Amino acid sequence: MIPTAFEYRRAASVAEALALLHEGGPEAKLLAGGHSLIPMMKQRLSEPGLLIDIGALPELRGIREGDGEIAIGAAMTHADLADSALLHEQAPIVAETAAEIGDAQVRNRGTIGGSLAHADPGADLPAVMIALDATIAIEGPGGSRKVAAEAFFRDILTVDLGADEILTGVCFQPVRAAAYAKLPQRASRFALVGVAAALALEGGVCRSARIAVTGAASHAQRLAGVEAALAGASLPEGAAAAATGAGDALDFVNADLHGSEEYRRAMVSVFAHRAIAAAAERG
Amino acid sequence: MTSAAAPLLPKLIGERVKRREDPRLIQGLATYVDDIKLPGMFHLAFKRSDIAHGLISAIDTSAAAAMAGVELVLTGAELAEHLGPMPIGTPFPAPDHYSIATDRVRYVGEPVAVVVAADRYLARDAADAIDVEYEELPAVVDPEAAMADGSTTLHEGFARNIAVESYFGGTGTDAETATVVDDSALDAAFAEAEVVISQRMLNQRLAPNAMEPRGVVAHYEAGREYLTIWSATQNPHILRSMAAGMLGLGEHQVRAIAPEVGGGFGCKINIYGEEYAAAALSKLVGAPVKWIEDRTEAFLATTHGRDILGDIEIAANRDGAILALRARLIADIGAYEVLLTALIPTLTGMMMNGVYRIPVIRHELTEVFTNKTPTDAYRGAGRPEGLYFVERAVDMLARELDMDPVEIRRRNFIPAEEFPFPTQGGLVYDSGDYAAALDKALTVADWEGLKAERDAARTEGRLVGVGLSFYVEVCGLGPSSVVPTGGWEHSGVTVERGGKVTATTGASPHGQGNETTFAQMLADHFSIPIGDITILHGDTGVVKQGIGTFGSRSQAVGGAALMAAAGKASGKMKQFAAALMAEQEVSAADLVFESGRIQVADAPEVSRTFAEVADYAYVPVPLPPGLEPGLSEEAFFEPENNTYPFGCHISMVEIDRETGEPRLLKLIAVDDCGNVINPLIVEGQVHGGLAQGIGQAMFEEVVYDEDGQPLTSSFMDYVMPRAADLPSFTLDRTVTPTPVNPLGAKGVGEAGTIGATPCVMNAAVDALAPFGVRHIDMPIRPERLWRLIQEHERENGGQS
Repeated sequence: MIPTAFEYRRAASVAEALALLHEGGPEAKLLAGGHSLIPMMKQRLSEPGLLIDIGALPELRGIREGDGEIAIGAAMTHADLADSALLHEQAPIVAETAAEIGDAQVRNRGTIGGSLAHADPGADLPAVMIALDATIAIEGPGGSRKVAAEAFFRDILTVDLGADEILTGVCFQPVRAAAYAKLPQRASRFALVGVAAALALEGGVCRSARIAVTGAASHAQRLAGVEAALAGASLPEGAAAAATGAGDALDFVNADLHGSEEYRRAMVSVFAHRAIAAAAERG
Repeated sequence: MTSAAAPLLPKLIGERVKRREDPRLIQGLATYVDDIKLPGMFHLAFKRSDIAHGLISAIDTSAAAAMAGVELVLTGAELAEHLGPMPIGTPFPAPDHYSIATDRVRYVGEPVAVVVAADRYLARDAADAIDVEYEELPAVVDPEAAMADGSTTLHEGFARNIAVESYFGGTGTDAETATVVDDSALDAAFAEAEVVISQRMLNQRLAPNAMEPRGVVAHYEAGREYLTIWSATQNPHILRSMAAGMLGLGEHQVRAIAPEVGGGFGCKINIYGEEYAAAALSKLVGAPVKWIEDRTEAFLATTHGRDILGDIEIAANRDGAILALRARLIADIGAYEVLLTALIPTLTGMMMNGVYRIPVIRHELTEVFTNKTPTDAYRGAGRPEGLYFVERAVDMLARELDMDPVEIRRRNFIPAEEFPFPTQGGLVYDSGDYAAALDKALTVADWEGLKAERDAARTEGRLVGVGLSFYVEVCGLGPSSVVPTGGWEHSGVTVERGGKVTATTGASPHGQGNETTFAQMLADHFSIPIGDITILHGDTGVVKQGIGTFGSRSQAVGGAALMAAAGKASGKMKQFAAALMAEQEVSAADLVFESGRIQVADAPEVSRTFAEVADYAYVPVPLPPGLEPGLSEEAFFEPENNTYPFGCHISMVEIDRETGEPRLLKLIAVDDCGNVINPLIVEGQVHGGLAQGIGQAMFEEVVYDEDGQPLTSSFMDYVMPRAADLPSFTLDRTVTPTPVNPLGAKGVGEAGTIGATPCVMNAAVDALAPFGVRHIDMPIRPERLWRLIQEHERENGGQS
C-alpha cells in the first residue's frame, strides 16, 4: 500500500496540463479524484513518475444547460452530479446513478471524467452515457474533438483517448424517460451487472430505445437486440419480453468469485427489465 | 467536622455512562503505534512470498542492500542466527516456525526477507528489489485432500499434514488411548433413533479485519540492556514474556506497551514474527525500528479465523427428544501453529452440547495443515463454529419433525434447576435460565407475528424466512488450569494525594471501554466523581502484572481483580480515617464512603473529606499503629470457573427471487451476560458482535484458488458488512448472575457473533424451505441462492 516515488504537479489550466502531459511522456498520468489511480499506485500496479492534477481546474467544472443540451465538466464529482437539481429535473438517470456509485467518500472525490476515462468494466456511468447517446469532449495537442460515448469505450480499461489528450467533459440531450438498474458487487459496489435504458415513448408505446450494459463484459456496450425488441412495444408490459435473453447476446462475459458467466448473463436480462420498466414509469 | 450539605453522588453501576475514551478517539487525539516517532528510528519492510508452497532456492539481496538509505537487509536464514523458532501457547506438537521463512515458504504472504531503511518508502522499494527464486511445490489447499495418503506434506514429522487429532465423548476416550474407543452407547442411540439428521457444513475462513492493522516499534537500548516494545496487541504482558524469551532477556529487561489499539477481534492475541523480528533488528542496528502493516499484509499475514468443516449427525425421537450427537470436525489451520491455533478448534468440540441435555456426544477433531495463512482466535474463537453446527442441526431436526424451532429447543433445554451443569465436553455451565431468555425473545420479537408476516409474504410469492438460534458460550477465561499463560487478572488501585484515584488493569482494552466501566465501579466504591478517576492499562512498566483481553474476560476477571484491589485500598483508607477521627471514638468498621466524604454510617455528621484522609495517608503524622504510609494496593483474581452467557436471537430474511440477493429485515437479540455495569457499552458490544456474526452468515469469506493464491485480499473483494446492510437491531436482556465472581458479570464481547450467525442462516434456509432447501453453506452469496431458486423453478416450471 505504498506507491513508488512520483512527482506531483497541479496544472493551472487545461492548456498547461496538456503541455505537462506532453513533457512527461509515458511517465505522466492525469489525476482528478484519484479514486481509481491512487489505489492502483498504492498496490504498485501503476507506477507513474509524474501526476498532473486537473481535479480543481475551473474549466472542467460545472453542469450547464444550453442549445438543447446538458454539458458536464470532467472534474465534477459523483456527489456534484447526485446533488444537481438540473440533472434531477432534466436527466434524473445521471443524478440517480451517481448517487449509487461506491460510497460517500468515493462520491465526494471521484469524478465523471475519471470514471469514463478509466473505464473500469464495472463502472456505472459509461452505460448511462451510452444510453443517453452522450458526446465526449476531448482536448489534445491538435485541438479539440468529440467522440460518441458508444465508440469511446473499446475494451477493458481501454478508451478512445490518446496518452496526450484530456477528457474535458460530456454533453447529451435531456431525457426524462431513462433509468439505470444495477446489481452491485457486494464488496466494491461496482456493477456486477448494470443496465441503463433511455426510451422515446409515445402514449405508452416505445418509439425507440437505447439500452446499454456495464459490468457484464469487458466494457460498456449497447444491447442492440433489446433495443430492436423494444421498438413498437407497449410499456411497461412489454419490458420483460424485450429483456428476455438479453445477456445471451453478449459475446464475452466476465466471471469471478462474485458472479459466474451464467449468473451474469441471467442478471443482464433481469436488470434490463428493471431499467426499462423504471424508465417507462417515467415516460 | 459536620457534613456540608453536599449533593449526593448518583450511583453509576448500571447507568448508561458514555464512553470516556471516545472524545480522544474521534478527535484524533489518541496515540496509536504508528503515532510513535523516536529519534533515529528506522523502518522495516518485509519481502513476502507470492507463491503458496515452495523451496527457497536463492535470494539475492544485493541490489536492495546497495540502495541509499538502506541500513540492513536480512534473509530468514540470516535472521535465524539471532532469533530461534517461535514459541506457541498450547501443549500440542508443532513444527518449527521462524519469524521469517528460512528455506521454504508455506503460504502467500509469508515473510522471506526484511529490510531496515531510513523511511517506509525506501524500505518498501528495497523489499521490491530483493530477488527470490523458488522451486515450487504442489499447493495443498483442500484439507481433506491434505489428509489423504500420499499427499504433499508441509512439515516433516507431520504425516498426512495432521497437526492434532482428538477424540472426545461420553463413551469415548481421548487421543492418548484412542485405540480403545467404546462407542456402544453412541451406536445404540443412533440405532434406536426414530430420526437421524446428518449434514456436512462449512464454517468458513474469515479475515478478522481490525480497523487498525498490526504495528510495532521496538527500541533496544544496549547501554542499559533494556528493550521497549510498542505493539498493537491485546496482551502486552504476554508480549513481554515471549519477547524476553525470544531475545534471551529476562522479563525485568523488557517493557511492552499497547498504546491505543484499534480493534483486535482475537487476531492481536498472537505474538507475531514481525514483533520478534523488530526487537531483534533494533538490537542489531542499535536504533529503534518501526513496522506498520498495510491492509494487503493484514489480509495475507494476520491470522485468519474459523475454517472448520463439520459432519454433524443427530439422533432423535419423533417427539423431538435428542438422543445423541456425533460430530466429525476438520479444522483447516493453515500453514503453521501460532499462539493458540491448535486450541481454538478444540473449543468447538467442547461446545457440542449447546444448550441441550444431549445424553451422548462424541466428537472427533482433526486439525490439518494447508498452504494458507495460519488461523487463530477470531471473535468467539471456536464457540461460534460449535454453536453454528449445533443450532443448524437442531433446526434441521425441527424441520424434519415438522416442529416449531421454538418447541424443539424447549423440549431439549438444560432446565434452570440443573445448574451447575456438567457437559459432555468437560465444561461446567455455571448458571442459566434458558426458558426465560427464550420466552423474552419470543415476546420481544413477536415470534407468532413474524411467522404470520412471513406466511403472508409467501402468498405474494416473496421469499421470506424467519430464524431462531439459542446459544451458550464460554467467557471470563481462565482459570489458570485451562489458560496456558495463566487465567487470572491483576489490578492496582491507588488513592492519590488530593483524593483522586489511579487504577491499573492487566485487561488491556482495544475497544471494550474498560476506562469507563472500571471508573464507574470505582466511583461507586469510593463514592467520588468519575472525573476523579483514571484507569491505566496497556503498559507493563505501569501495570505490574496482567494477562490481557480475550475470551470476554475484561469484566468477569479483570473487573473482579479491580474490585479486590479497591477493597484493600478502601479498607486501609478507613483505618486512616478512623485514626483521624480518633477523638470521636470512631471504628474503621463503622465507616462508609459517601459523596466525597468518609463518614460514620449511623452518624453521617461525623466525617472527613475523602481528600483529607488521602492527604493524611501520605503525611501520616502521627502514623497510626500497624499501618504503613500510603494508599496503594494491588490484587490478583483467579476465577474458579469460566462463565457461560447465553441468549436467543431471532431474525427475518428476504431473498430476491430474481437475483438471489439476501436482505436481513429484522434481528432481535436477547442476551444474558449476567450483571451489567454499563448497558450502553454492553449494547455496543452486542451491536458490533451482531454485525460480525451477520457478516459471516451473509458476506465474508477468505477464498483461495487451487494454487493457494488468495482471491480476497482487499476490500474490493472481501465483503465486509456495512451499516446499510444491517437493520436496526432490537436488543433486550435477561439477567442471570454468575456465582463464579463477586460481580455476577459473565462477559459479552463475543455473544453477538455467536448467536447471530446460525440465527440468520436458519432464517435464510427457512426462506427457501418451500423449495425443499434443507441447508445452505455460508456466506449466502446472491449467486448461491439464485442457483437454488433456479433449480427449483426449473423443476417446477416456474411455479412454487
